[in-house]
Amino acid sequence: MYDVIIIGGGVVGCGIARELMRHKARVLLLEKTNDICNGQSKANTAIIHGGYDAKPGTLKAKFNVLGNALFDSLHEELDVPVQWNTSLVVSFRQEDHCKLEKLLQQGKDNGVRGELRIIDRQELRRREPNIGPEAKEALLVGAGGIVCPYELTIAYAENAATNGAEFIRNAEVSKVSSLPDGRWQVDSSAGTFVARAVVNAAGTYSDVFNNMVSARKVHIRPRRGEYYILDKQYAGAFHAAMFQLPTSMGKGTLIAPTVDGTILVGPTAQDIDDKEDKRTTAQGLATALQQGRLTWPNLPTRGFITTFSGLRATGNTGDFVLGEPEDAPLFFNCCAVESPGLTSAPAIAKWTAEQISMRLELPENPGFNPRRKGIAKFRDMDDSQRAAAITKNGDYGRVVCRCETVTEAEIRESIRRPVGARDVDGVKRRTRAGMGRCQAGFCTPRTVQILAEELGISPLEVTKFGGNSRLLADWLFTEEYHG
Amino acid sequence: MDRVDILIIGGGPAGLAAAIGAYEAGARDILVLDREQELGGILKQCIHNGFGLHTFQEELTGPEYAHRFIKKVRAYGIPCQGETMVLSISPKKVVTCVSHDHGLQHIQAKAVLLCMGCRERPRGSLATPGERCPGVYTAGTAQRFTNLEGLMPGKEVVILGSGDIGLIMARRMTLLGAKVHACVELMPYSSGLKRNIVQCLDDYGIPLLLSHTVVDIQGRDHVTGVTVAKVDTNLQPIPGTEQTFPCDTLLLSVGLIPENELSKMAGVTLYPGTSGALVDETLMTSVPGIFACGNVLHVHDLVDFVSEEAETAGKNAWAYVQGELTQAERIIVETGFGVGALVPQLVSREPLQPVRLMFRPRNVYRNARIIVEAGEQRLYEKKAMILAPGEMVNVVLPVEKLSALKNAESLTVRIEVSQA
Repeated sequence: MYDVIIIGGGVVGCGIARELMRHKARVLLLEKTNDICNGQSKANTAIIHGGYDAKPGTLKAKFNVLGNALFDSLHEELDVPVQWNTSLVVSFRQEDHCKLEKLLQQGKDNGVRGELRIIDRQELRRREPNIGPEAKEALLVGAGGIVCPYELTIAYAENAATNGAEFIRNAEVSKVSSLPDGRWQVDSSAGTFVARAVVNAAGTYSDVFNNMVSARKVHIRPRRGEYYILDKQYAGAFHAAMFQLPTSMGKGTLIAPTVDGTILVGPTAQDIDDKEDKRTTAQGLATALQQGRLTWPNLPTRGFITTFSGLRATGNTGDFVLGEPEDAPLFFNCCAVESPGLTSAPAIAKWTAEQISMRLELPENPGFNPRRKGIAKFRDMDDSQRAAAITKNGDYGRVVCRCETVTEAEIRESIRRPVGARDVDGVKRRTRAGMGRCQAGFCTPRTVQILAEELGISPLEVTKFGGNSRLLADWLFTEEYHG
Repeated sequence: MDRVDILIIGGGPAGLAAAIGAYEAGARDILVLDREQELGGILKQCIHNGFGLHTFQEELTGPEYAHRFIKKVRAYGIPCQGETMVLSISPKKVVTCVSHDHGLQHIQAKAVLLCMGCRERPRGSLATPGERCPGVYTAGTAQRFTNLEGLMPGKEVVILGSGDIGLIMARRMTLLGAKVHACVELMPYSSGLKRNIVQCLDDYGIPLLLSHTVVDIQGRDHVTGVTVAKVDTNLQPIPGTEQTFPCDTLLLSVGLIPENELSKMAGVTLYPGTSGALVDETLMTSVPGIFACGNVLHVHDLVDFVSEEAETAGKNAWAYVQGELTQAERIIVETGFGVGALVPQLVSREPLQPVRLMFRPRNVYRNARIIVEAGEQRLYEKKAMILAPGEMVNVVLPVEKLSALKNAESLTVRIEVSQA
């Protein structure tokens, strides 16, 4: 028997697990796929939004501003990379000045912290010399930042697990039903579990679980966004996250630096019906590129190292759907959490955990340790730290991913940690091995070997992201041949 | 800090030949660093034959070819340190590297030879649309799996790009029991060697689809098929020409990129035409005492030329250490019609050694002539029945022909085609 079962191992689910551990509670998180951070949380723009964009009075506006204020402490407690590089919303038409003014006022109404003002063309050019000639002026958002979304999600999960939360992956929930005594029964591919409360943090599938238990139906239609990633050698081409002022032509494309030094170009916005359709398309990529060039005319297409797409859990109400539905007590929704979902997630996690603890009357957990230290990254060390790391653990002397300078020690640790990696993509998200300019051409064979060794499986059983996503078809000879 | 006369970064074909070149010229204090346990670089996994025809008049496999050089390096007693990753090179030639056994080392060299080779272009750089599932490998990664690890990436294969590794892997996968459905090339010509097209595709009945590209990759958990379409003269897919091959593997052989991240740290100027260092005929880069050779300098077609070039670089590195290579006045080698990826880009006005010019034709040319001129004066002219981007052109100008450089404005290499 659990106090709380959380459905979904994205940033919201893992965040709630962590915040719940401030209380004495038995918490179980069920994740459908082979790893946490496998949906929206891994494929987004990685921006900490200031909070000017959502309409005042909405949950999006409220939680965006609340969440934004929590990132410094997350950086401090959970060792998550955060940079306050500001955001700029650029207008490309003089007649759009009033729209910028409106955004500025909206930001003030929403309580956006820090600097918030319109800068003229001259200041815009001074700050961002690569900006296109059609740029007229911009809204400067001092509270805009960037974060590593996987590290945040994984840090939440590790910290939650260290404080006693349980995680089961490959646990696809098929049914949530209320028992006569008011508790909830959760049927999953990993077994049936019972809890006093359930959290629905199932991303693009969160409508399905809400609709199982509540008459207040929600409908989510995934909105796919396609992106390019540019090589680190262009780091510094833009300093701020560069938004385009939305026009009747669309919401525009971002040019957004990441905390790892790469640059994201995207996303597009296409409503689709299939909740698993994460393809990139020729049309989508062409659109992203064309729009991106408005901000950055010299966008160096030679520098693209990869493309990806992500699905936003876009709900039919236009706002997040949070908290207990009236007709489903102790079922807590984190439904339709789309952009600014990543920014809002820490506040949603805190608020939801507080709601649950009040309703369940969970006692404080005096033993809660809010701190988590990330894997010591070889690439961020200076020479003396590197020398010391190798002396302590010789595997730090074996560089496996050359592009991102990731060592064998880091890869092994990423697998051994609580809620550790169990596939190639999991290693990638935890260490950046394979995320560089050669896109895993060099390190894949070694990463496969290390995963096989650490997990005690055959290389043939190593997957890219669980399920049937095996990397290799067969041995050339019999397995015995290889001893 | 450790000190060494000549430090060689990379123990593949270029590094091995550079070490031999330096040793035979008289150097004795040499160190070769390699990131792998065994010397030989990419040759270790190139188990097909065809190496060394030019140098040894024999058909060797990659490991055999490498072994000839490794044997010599061992006989000379040149120290080689494996499993060592170089992290940086400073303009003052201090190399920082790490390894399990030696920890973090700083090594001050008098001369450095850049022999890091190249890497394969990945899918992401092509922005090929579709699913992002496993089953898409660069040809070299697949080659490593099959030839070094004994693992088979897949059994139904399509190959995108007709670079040499892709062609070699078409044959290799076929011999291993896989079905290779097609080799798809964006350009109207192959970027591989003619002999590889004949021996690796034609002999096995594998169709080469020129002017085609992959427009979609299918499969949620693993590749289940790829869609291929014909492209127009602007290399854009033509709607209505799509055909889908059911398969579990897509191998990419879409270009090699010289691995110059370390070169950039050392302040070495790169030449856009090759993506390698800008060098003169001694193969010295813009940083005095730092030399480049092999595929890190420009992507070669045959390893024999890598070895020759690297031996020259090794000899010159030793000459530099001894103070015999002075920075003479140099002129630019201009690329005329049809000439791409030219090396070297600079030549001394008074070269002390023969000048070897290497380049790749920009297109397929028939009944062409290769011409080298110093101002008005023609230094070299040779007829060629056919020139193709897949095959490098080598021109050696002996020292006695080079007196014309003394007063010339520039040296120009060009291709002349008698009729279109």
